[in-house]
Amino acid sequence: MSAPVLLVGTRKGLLTFTREGDRWALSGEDFPGVEVEFACRDPRDGTLWGALHHGHWGPKLHRKRPGGEWEELTSPAYPDDTGAALEHLWVVQPGHADRPGQLWIGTNPGGLFRSDDGGDSWTLVRSLWDHPSREKWFGGGRDSAGIHSIVVDPRDPDHLYIAVSCAGVFETRDGGESWAPANQGVKAPFLPDPDAPFGQDPHFVAACAAAPDVLWQQNHIGVYRSTDGSGSWTPISQDDGPVGFGFPIAAHPQLPGTAWVVPATADTQRAASDRKVRVYRTDDGGQSWRPQTHGLPQAQAWDLVYRHALDVDGSGDGVAFGSTTGNLWTSDDGGEHWRCVGNHLPPVYSVRFG
Amino acid sequence: MPVVHLTPNLRAAYPDLRDVDELVVEGDTAAAVVAALDARFPGLGHYLVDERGRLRKHVNLFVDGELIGDRQALSDAVGPDTPVHIIQALSGG
Repeated sequence: MSAPVLLVGTRKGLLTFTREGDRWALSGEDFPGVEVEFACRDPRDGTLWGALHHGHWGPKLHRKRPGGEWEELTSPAYPDDTGAALEHLWVVQPGHADRPGQLWIGTNPGGLFRSDDGGDSWTLVRSLWDHPSREKWFGGGRDSAGIHSIVVDPRDPDHLYIAVSCAGVFETRDGGESWAPANQGVKAPFLPDPDAPFGQDPHFVAACAAAPDVLWQQNHIGVYRSTDGSGSWTPISQDDGPVGFGFPIAAHPQLPGTAWVVPATADTQRAASDRKVRVYRTDDGGQSWRPQTHGLPQAQAWDLVYRHALDVDGSGDGVAFGSTTGNLWTSDDGGEHWRCVGNHLPPVYSVRFG
Repeated sequence: MPVVHLTPNLRAAYPDLRDVDELVVEGDTAAAVVAALDARFPGLGHYLVDERGRLRKHVNLFVDGELIGDRQALSDAVGPDTPVHIIQALSGG
């Protein structure tokens, strides 16, 4: 396996950072000038994935196998009878370790695509597209609903969660044959019925790898945690602090009580709360949060962190995030100390360890 | 047969097209011209139209100097030896 990398998708291309001693150093710039909405490395085989969005030419999917070059693949396409067309490739999720070649992609408008051949071909998951709730899905921030979170249960390749803005969290236990909304306890005050079974606006959902029944959700209206595999969600926002609105959330891979968020001032501003860049960490399942600001600007900062732009590595010690203001920070001690990797990057869309 | 001129911006995405100023392809409609381009350069059509065959929002297609009228189905007629210009709209930042 190659050396660890930090893949940073930006408005102006894909930036790759590699580890040099105790620092991350820029080692590659791909797709210059093109929006890279998401990029990741498949931990199973080291393949790199890039979800591009050309301003003129539309979304394009790229793959780079170990030792190879980037290649453009045939993008997922909606079947004719849907009347839909691909707008965004929003997230690429490698499948379960026992399903080599299986990958999932979340798209706008509201599509989940699956590949069983390493990305050479993609099929729309019709059971989700045809879900009875679909006519009530709507866009949040974009004109169409979009799927941005895909969680594969490490214990069961047929057990997945997805999150949709705006429709909420959905769960399948049969590999995508059927789906059920999983939003019990999550409020949707922007709907006529705030307790509706679907219509919520999750911004991102992540699971603890070592305890996959523990799920974390940064929602438009606050932060939630589930300890029973999405059977119910408990609100864990701060009553008197900034932890509430935001986009990303990262789950510690081993400690089910630990997660990180980067709050922002809701939704009228969408900028750093109090103009300070602050990561908040909980170690008690969200009962309390503490700011982690050592090395981060604490004045005159408007940085907003998008939903895919915060990540934690497999050890739980490496944490990284990037902002719309083109800043990138990393930590080697779980967020206690931050080091700025770059101040003048393009707006950052995604940050992923690989 | 129609003579297609592609914007350099698009040719940059296809290494085989980088030094090609014009392409002669078959087709009597704008849609047929796009299909002919895609047949010669697989995937190129997806740069111009979505999977419903609609011209992408920020792509302009001129037939004999006139912007096509049917961006949904690209049914505009293309005569023999007619110049077709495919240009990116000036947009973005």
